[in-house]
Amino acid sequence: MILDPIQVWTVIIGLAIGTFFIRWSFLGLLGDRNLPGWVQRHLRYTAVAILPGLVAPFVIWPTATDGQTDPIRLTAALAALAFGFWQKSAIVAILSGFGTLYVLQLCT
Amino acid sequence: MLFGLAAADMGLNLLETMSMTILVIAGASQFTALVLLEENAPTFIIILTALAVNLRMAMYSAAMVPYLGQASRGMKLLLAYCNVDQSFGLASLRFPKETSWTVANRSAYFCGASMAIMPFWVVFSYLGASFGSLIPDSLALDFALPICFLSIVAPALRSLPHILAAAASIIGAITLSWVPYSLGLMISAIIAMIIGAWAEKWLKGCN
Repeated sequence: MILDPIQVWTVIIGLAIGTFFIRWSFLGLLGDRNLPGWVQRHLRYTAVAILPGLVAPFVIWPTATDGQTDPIRLTAALAALAFGFWQKSAIVAILSGFGTLYVLQLCT
Repeated sequence: MLFGLAAADMGLNLLETMSMTILVIAGASQFTALVLLEENAPTFIIILTALAVNLRMAMYSAAMVPYLGQASRGMKLLLAYCNVDQSFGLASLRFPKETSWTVANRSAYFCGASMAIMPFWVVFSYLGASFGSLIPDSLALDFALPICFLSIVAPALRSLPHILAAAASIIGAITLSWVPYSLGLMISAIIAMIIGAWAEKWLKGCN
């Protein structure tokens, strides 16, 4: 996969400036103005609203298998999700996901 | 570490990977950008979607104003850089309890909390980017990216509204994958956010 360096750097710099501005926004610029409750309520869900949708196609149609659904990868993803949810831990999710992936690959 | 591996796998060089980690220093949005770069989405959409992942930090910033709003201008720049999930999480628990702390105490605590995690991100990202190519294909590192996302998402599913929003996001992204310029993801994210917020309000109304 060849990426266009200009596009990559535009993304890096745009994302860096934008992210910093978001972090700084209220503290540095907007000051002691409270966000209305409904805005806060929506912002709480930004991460869980984007990330699952972003990852779902990769789990269901992995690039490594040319888009064919792979039962091993699907099971590994579900294991990562289930254990990570249960233990509320990112490390547990990663270990259980890769653990499942490797065990199933060895068995088949 | 997994970001470094995934970035190297997708063809980002070491300088690009490390610049991104140090300048952006927000893992989930870095992964988002990486995925959309691979999908050849337009630059503007990539930046917009990745920034949307970080919008929660505006909430952190607002929540810290009562505690850190009196800090100097220069200190606020540093505090903004240190405003990550972990430092906010720790500070929002600790500041309300420590009523005797001065702004300087709080600033030090906030930066210190972020220092407990940020150097590790940078170092491990470097290791991942440098040594990723030595890892054989049989280890299926293509799947590092999805597993990483799941490891961020799974513990974040704290309540029923979070779970509903995540489910809506998945269904929306798959059914809207035909929308051009990777905009289907943004549309489904907006719908998912609204569902999460409504579910929260509705559940509160029941109690």
